[in-house]
Amino acid sequence: MASSIVELKVNGDTVEVAAPDHFTLLEVLRYRLGLTGSKQGCDKGDCGACTVLVDGEPVLACLTLARLAVGHEVTTIEGLMPAHLRAGGTGADPVQEAFDRCGALQCGFCQPGMMLSARALLDREPNPSRAAIKGALSGNLCRCTGYTQIIEAVETAIAASTERAPDGGSR
Amino acid sequence: MQGFDLATPTTVDEAVALLAREGSLAIAGGTDLLPNIKHELFEPRTVVALGGIEELRGIELESDGTLSIGATTTLAHVAAHDEVRCRATALAQAASLVAGPQLRTMGTLGGNVLLDTRCQWYNQSYFWRQSLGFCLKKDGSVCHVIESGSKCVAAASNDTAAPLLTLDAELEFASNTGRRRLPIAELYKSDGVANLRKEPGELLVRVRIPALETGRERLGAYGKLRERGSIDFPLLGVAVRLDVVDDRIVHAALGAIALQARPLALQKAAAALIDAPASGPGFDDAVLACAAAAARQLHPVANVPGDAQWRKEMAPVYVRETVRAARAGTGPVHGR
Ligand SMILES: Cc1cc2nc3c(=O)[nH]c(=O)nc-3n(C[C@H](O)[C@H](O)[C@H](O)COP(=O)(O)OP(=O)(O)OC[C@H]3O[C@@H](n4cnc5c(N)ncnc54)[C@H](O)[C@@H]3O)c2cc1C
Ligand code: SF4
Ligand code: FES
Ligand code: FES
Repeated sequence: MASSIVELKVNGDTVEVAAPDHFTLLEVLRYRLGLTGSKQGCDKGDCGACTVLVDGEPVLACLTLARLAVGHEVTTIEGLMPAHLRAGGTGADPVQEAFDRCGALQCGFCQPGMMLSARALLDREPNPSRAAIKGALSGNLCRCTGYTQIIEAVETAIAASTERAPDGGSR
Repeated sequence: MQGFDLATPTTVDEAVALLAREGSLAIAGGTDLLPNIKHELFEPRTVVALGGIEELRGIELESDGTLSIGATTTLAHVAAHDEVRCRATALAQAASLVAGPQLRTMGTLGGNVLLDTRCQWYNQSYFWRQSLGFCLKKDGSVCHVIESGSKCVAAASNDTAAPLLTLDAELEFASNTGRRRLPIAELYKSDGVANLRKEPGELLVRVRIPALETGRERLGAYGKLRERGSIDFPLLGVAVRLDVVDDRIVHAALGAIALQARPLALQKAAAALIDAPASGPGFDDAVLACAAAAARQLHPVANVPGDAQWRKEMAPVYVRETVRAARAGTGPVHGR
């Protein structure tokens, strides 16, 4: 089976990894690059724990072949805070802060995917309705929280962003 | 996952040359292909990626009003596109209910049309299937749904097939021997092992939806029964098309999926609507007659998860509500 050097753009960095053709983006992230923030839950598309952003859109890394991500911008949970800082923000991404403040997690396994789905929503639509929040997170399963605090966390992140918007932008 | 070589052609000609080789399979979004490879249901030697082929992309309105959708157009794009929402409402609604958001961003219309049939005894890991002695769709010789059955009844579970049937969609295939066009009604057969009348090396290029006859208003809606409001495959899917002239239904079509290997055209149910008034008590009566006719034709079996009796009892409810939604310009119809 063929292997090759795959050049990926991950969290703003260009990285080169050797990987067989059948490796998924998730396998390259976790087992070649050591970026274990993206979780391997079901590994077959059911749970959303492996969600990453490709060109800003949430996709499932477990069903994306690594070689087919070449030429696209991949953002994992590890890249969220650095991107926020680069954009002139302070501390973690407002979504991360809000999940922390609202206690929107128990075991934490679903959180990287949840937060990336939420981040992509807020980049697209800064002030979404509750229905839009639920829709955007509907491909991310949580076995622990019952979702209530997760939705509250996204609403808290929106409130924080809109409050801070007048004096220089939220992120 | 079992290893394979990945090929990345940039033209249809290159792709069909690669697909003509024994052991090749196409990958579009990969959202069905990769789980099936992981479950050792498919064992390709070469996987041919379609994402780099320009001709397979995008949605166009042709000069005669035909809506032409490239096979690798994502479901998210189909669901959100204004011309699709207006000219093929049920298709846009069905695409909007496939799986969850990430899978609609990845999954394509072509991959959906050509989706493998599904069964709760088949879409499982090798280990799981082995513990049951396999089944006749893959590696075994018995059926766990229809015991003593000699025919696989795994279900067509592709949401977009039902609306495309009602819209008389036409499929353009390419292979290394040329091109052909096929009405979607002729694509599917009732064999759950392989429900497509398609050669292994054929590539789906575009899906075309014919223009509506002038003077008609085309209404449509999609209804989907599933356990959760997101992610789940359909336990029943119903598409409705109503063509209306002067408040009279001049043409109707209904399609249903997640029952048997072939998406079903519900002709008797549609006949109950044709020539009926499109509003008032005449419409209400026709809708009930349509739902009753559909109930007589729809017989869910224990192929997909979910209680078959519940699916059966919900069938007329979903048919009724989806016809009403089509008329009211609402929909999709789904649980939560
Ligand atoms: C958790 C989960 C939930 C899902 N829920 C639903 C659901 O509710 N409804 C639903 O309909 N589907 C569902 N799916 C299945 C799948 O995501 C969609 O059907 C999707 O549209 C498949 O498209 P794809 O591009 O990913 O196909 P792929 O996986 O790339 O391909 C599917 C099949 O079609 C072939 N193929 C693809 N494109 C072409 C082409 N142009 N020419 C020739 N052959 C081609 C492939 O070789 C393969 O056999 C779900 C999947 C998962 C993992
Ligand atoms: S219906 Fe299900 S159990 Fe029966 S042969 Fe088909 S896949 Fe196997
Ligand atoms: S690990 Fe990818 S969806 Fe579950
Ligand atoms: S916090 Fe445990 S899965 Fe969500």
